[in-house]
Amino acid sequence: MPRGLKFVLEAIGRSGRMQPTHQLALVGNKDGAGGRPIRDDIASIFAQVLGRPVQIKDRTDIVEDLGMDSLGVMNFVMAIEDFYDISIPLDRIAQIQTVADLIHAVEDLRSGAPA
Amino acid sequence: MTILAKHSASKLAYDTLREHGVDPLNVRFDSVLSPTEGMLNGRRTILLGTNNYLGLTFDPDCIEKAVEATRSQGTGTTGSRVANGNYDGHMLLEEALADFYGRQHAMVFSTGYQANLGVLSTLVGRGDHLMLDADSHASIYDGSRLGASEVIRFRHNSPDDLYKRLRRLEGTPGDRLIVVEGIYSMLGDTSPLKEIAAVKRETGAYLLVDEAHSLGVLGEKGRGLAEAAGVEADVDFIVGTFSKSLGSVGGFCVSDSPDFDVMRIVCRPYMFTASLPPGVVASTLEALVKVRTEPMLRVNLMRNAHRLYDGLSAMGFETGPEANPIVAVAMPDQETAVVFWKMLLEAGLYLNLALPPATPTNVRLLRTSVSAAHTVKQIDTALAIFADVGRRLGFLTSDRRRAGGVV
Repeated sequence: MPRGLKFVLEAIGRSGRMQPTHQLALVGNKDGAGGRPIRDDIASIFAQVLGRPVQIKDRTDIVEDLGMDSLGVMNFVMAIEDFYDISIPLDRIAQIQTVADLIHAVEDLRSGAPA
Repeated sequence: MTILAKHSASKLAYDTLREHGVDPLNVRFDSVLSPTEGMLNGRRTILLGTNNYLGLTFDPDCIEKAVEATRSQGTGTTGSRVANGNYDGHMLLEEALADFYGRQHAMVFSTGYQANLGVLSTLVGRGDHLMLDADSHASIYDGSRLGASEVIRFRHNSPDDLYKRLRRLEGTPGDRLIVVEGIYSMLGDTSPLKEIAAVKRETGAYLLVDEAHSLGVLGEKGRGLAEAAGVEADVDFIVGTFSKSLGSVGGFCVSDSPDFDVMRIVCRPYMFTASLPPGVVASTLEALVKVRTEPMLRVNLMRNAHRLYDGLSAMGFETGPEANPIVAVAMPDQETAVVFWKMLLEAGLYLNLALPPATPTNVRLLRTSVSAAHTVKQIDTALAIFADVGRRLGFLTSDRRRAGGVV
């Protein structure tokens, strides 16, 4: 690894050479109904991305209430995508404001509904 | 309250900069003397941030061609090629680009930005998927918004993440277009194109490479990263610009796609804007000849790039991941970045102060771009100025902890 902007590379995760900081090893029930609710998984992921425990409700505003900047949001979204093995298209991300919006997006994409 | 009050957060950030006596958006050169020097407030200043990779802006042959074409054909085309017709130069330039890349088709746009807007909004549409490297240039993001396809970001320079996201789309109808850049404009790192091409082949996607910063810079013949990585056959579309290594303005796309020319009647950023003026076309054609016939330009460029990169790295500055004509130096915070930039400028060195949101992952950078036209002495002067300012701000070996504190 040549010397470089280590802090940048860690955050953006160059190909296979370094583990991105936001690629999180999370445990949880990914099977949906009857298991751990999506909201609990999301809370765990928030806590790991922000480095502190968070209380979230359906109406929690991701940017306003949790104080995330745009980069934080994008890293958080990538962590959610890894966890559920989905990709959230950019226009869909733009529509997400609250935790409830995010839960709906995850549910739609997991069920294969059009984004 | 005015209609622009919605941008008050951006205005506040800009005003804060100006309170520091720094206005990077309002640097006014009294005159530009050469590809590598300008006069600023009466002071001779080294230009180390103008993407003038081959130094062709003052090439006597390019200037002569531009003057000749302007005299014989006028200052402008006053409209689009669709409405006002093609000038001979437009067609010659497209033929020259196709020939240079060994492709069947080429299309010229009025800027590199418009080339991305046009191509990305036209190649994919509703029901298709555009797969963008997360660190893509604004013109790529804007092009994706102009079109109707789904847009999915993958982690910067991660073929694995790209593969994972394409695999998730298995069974979904529609085309997929992967978009990467030859050299990324902020950190100067290249795309892992061999691996990206392998993902493309395995998943049946199309691949577009934006060679804006790598045309004339990488590859034995100067065709860019696709040539250097030996994967030109896997690249379906190459987009680029005339405004860096070719020293003028304009953009292009080349391809072997058999029905490529349909773009001329459906691609709005091509159809509804004025075409390039004859003088610009003529100097660009001549610059392309220089790229093909003067390989020493690339040798000198890379010599200078290595000298600057190695020099800055040896002083203990945090530089980008590889030595390329874009050399970025990381700053620990915004205030240091601003003060450092201002002190460099006052010492006679111009480069780019790159602040979020223009930079990836919110990093603050002093971004330099090296030219083949820089002399070794100019690079050494630049290094000496960096060392002096770095010492005054407590950055260098005597106080590595502060620089190390960035990490």
